[in-house]
Amino acid sequence: MAAVKPMGFSAGLSFSEALDSEAGLARQALYYMQLMREVEERIERKLYRQGKIVGGVYVGRGQEAICVGAGLAAEPDDMLFPCHRDLALYFIRGVHPRQVFAQYMGRVGGLTRGKDGNMHMGDLRLRIVAIISAMAASVPVAAGAAMAQKYKGSRDVTMVFFGDGATSRGDWHEGINLASVQKAPLVLVCNNNHYAYSTPLDKQMACENVADRAPGYGIAAEIVDGNDVFAVHQAARRAVRHAREGRGPYLIECKTFRMTGHSAHDPGDYVPKHLWEEWAQKDPIDRVRRRMIEEGWAVESELDAISAGIRRDVDAAIEWAEASPFPDPSELLEHVYDPAPRSI
Amino acid sequence: MALTTYVEAVRQGIWEEMERDPDVFLIGEDLGVYGGAFKVTLGMLERFGERRVIDTPISESAIVGAAIGASFMGLRPVAEMQFADFISCAFDQIVNFAAKCRYRWNAPAPIVVRAPSGGGIHGGPFHSQNPEAWFCHTPGLKVIAPATAYDAKGLIKSAIRDNDPVIFFEHKALYRRVKEDLPEQEYTVPIGKARVFREGRDLTVVTYGAMVYAAEEAANELAREGISMEIVDLRTLLPIDEETILASVRKTSKAILLHEATLTGGIGGELAARIAEKAFEHLDGPVLRIAAPDCPVPYSPPLEDAFLPNARKVIEKARWLYHY
Repeated sequence: MAAVKPMGFSAGLSFSEALDSEAGLARQALYYMQLMREVEERIERKLYRQGKIVGGVYVGRGQEAICVGAGLAAEPDDMLFPCHRDLALYFIRGVHPRQVFAQYMGRVGGLTRGKDGNMHMGDLRLRIVAIISAMAASVPVAAGAAMAQKYKGSRDVTMVFFGDGATSRGDWHEGINLASVQKAPLVLVCNNNHYAYSTPLDKQMACENVADRAPGYGIAAEIVDGNDVFAVHQAARRAVRHAREGRGPYLIECKTFRMTGHSAHDPGDYVPKHLWEEWAQKDPIDRVRRRMIEEGWAVESELDAISAGIRRDVDAAIEWAEASPFPDPSELLEHVYDPAPRSI
Repeated sequence: MALTTYVEAVRQGIWEEMERDPDVFLIGEDLGVYGGAFKVTLGMLERFGERRVIDTPISESAIVGAAIGASFMGLRPVAEMQFADFISCAFDQIVNFAAKCRYRWNAPAPIVVRAPSGGGIHGGPFHSQNPEAWFCHTPGLKVIAPATAYDAKGLIKSAIRDNDPVIFFEHKALYRRVKEDLPEQEYTVPIGKARVFREGRDLTVVTYGAMVYAAEEAANELAREGISMEIVDLRTLLPIDEETILASVRKTSKAILLHEATLTGGIGGELAARIAEKAFEHLDGPVLRIAAPDCPVPYSPPLEDAFLPNARKVIEKARWLYHY
C-alpha cells in the first residue's frame, strides 16, 4: 500500500515490483541503502579528506535500514522530518545525489544554495523539513505539522526522526506530550545507535529503552531491530496506519549502531573495539543482499550491476556538484525576510 | 461612542482575522474556557471551537514549535505566551527555528507569538520583564510593541497576515488603562513604520510601549516651561524605521531614547549609534538614554517605582538637554 513513487537515479532503473512483496521491498530498499552508503562514503572518506567539503560531515553508516525502511512506508504527501543520519529520505522523495554533494560543498546547486550545510536541508514542496543543530527541536515542529494535517481534515501523517541523544532534551518530551494530548498523526522514529557524540547510552538515560518512555505519554511504541530493513518497514507501516486512523502518535525505537564517529573529524576511538566488530556482522546492506540471493529474488551478477550503476551515477553527481558555482556574496542578505510582503 | 481598551483592541484584531481567514488559529495556555490570563481570547472558544482555539500543556517550546510546524502546512498560528517572561522557555524555537528557516532553506514561518510584557503591576521578576532586545538581535524576526489601542488592533492584524515570524509585545499596564475611539471600518497598521506621536521642536524622545505615556506626561509638563518635546512612537522595533527617527532628530537636533527595558544592551544603545552615525552634524547635544537600571524587576512598590522610568526622570533629562 505504501505508494511512494520510486526514484531511481540510475539510467533505466525501475522498480516494477510493489512494496507489498518482500522481494519488491528488498529491491527498492537495497537500492536506496546502497545509494546512501555510496554518497556518504564519498563525502566522508574522499571529498572531506580532499578538503572539498567546507564544513562538518555526519553520516548514517550502518543505520541505513532505518530511514529507508520507514521512508518507504510513507506516502508522498506525508511530512518527513529527517535527522542528520537519514540521507536516503531525500533520495526517496526525489532529491538528486548531485544536490547533496553541492550542499556539502557550499555550492548554489545545493538545496540551500550555500546558506546552510550538510544535512541541514529541506524542501517544503517535497514535504521535507530541515533540522536545526539543537537535536529534538524538530519534534514539537513535527507535532505542529501533524496537528495541521488533522486541522485540515487530511489523512496525511508526519514522520519525525531522531537519535537516542535527542530524547534527553525537553523539546522531545514537550513535543510528544502535546502531540499525544492532541492525538496528532505523528510517527516518531528513533535511531538508538548507542552513542550521542561520545556519550554512551547509560550516561544518557537510566531506563533501558527509549520506548520505555512512551507509556508516560500514553502513546503506542515498539522496539525493532534497526538493522533489519524488513522489520523497520513493517513496524513503520503499523505506525503509519495507527496514526492515519486517528489513534495518535506511535514511537518506533530502532536498535542500531553508529558505525562511524559522531562526525568526520571524530575517529570514535572511545567506542570499544568489540562493538565495532559485533555490529559489522549485522550490516543492514549485507543482510538484504544475502537474503535476496538466498531467496532467489536476484542473482549476484544482477546486484553487482546495480552497485556499479550507483557508483557511476555518483561519479557523475560529484562532477556536476564540483561544476556548480559558489554563491555570489551579493546573495548574503537574500531571504532574511519575505522580499514582497503581502499587501495589506 | 464607547471607548475601546487596548486589551479589547487586540481581541478585536484577532477576532476579525479569525473571521476573515479560516487558516488562522490560536494556540497557548488557558486560552479556551478561561479566555486567556488577560482575557484577550475571551469568547473565542464559543465562536470558533476547540479546533481553532487550542489549549496546550504548559510547554512554551512546544507551543511555538507546533506553531512553526503548522505554519509550514499553510496555517496562520497565533501563539500566546502567558507572560513575556516565559518566552525564554521557547527561545530556541523562536531564534533558531522560526527566525532562520526562510534564510536557510526558503521555508517561511508566518507565526505570531504574542507576549504580554512590562512592569508597573507589582508582578515581580517573572511577570514584569521587557525582553524585546533579545529578539531585536535576531535577524529574521519582526518585533512589535504597540502603545495605543488603535495600533494594537491594526498591528496584530498585520502581524497575522505577515509572511515572517512576528513577536508581538502587549504591555500589560496598558491593557485596561488605555481607551480610545476606534474606527468602525476595518483597518490595518503597517509593520516597520514608526509615527510621530506628538509634534515638538526642541528635542525628540524616541520610545515605545508604556513609555510613550511617560513621555507624554513629561511633554505636557515641559510645555508649561516653554519646552516643546517631540515624541516618536516606534511601534515596530524590528525592522527599525530609521527614517522617521532621523527625520525627527534632524528637526529638533536633540535626542533622548527612552525604554522600560534595562539599559545595557537595550534598543536605545542601537538607536543612539545610528543617530550618531547618520545625524551627527545635526546634533546640538549628547544623545541620552533613559532606561531601567541593570537589575531584575523588583516586586515591592518602592523598589519597582525606583526601577521604572517615569515622567519625572524624563523631565529631568529633557530639561538638562534643552539647556545644553
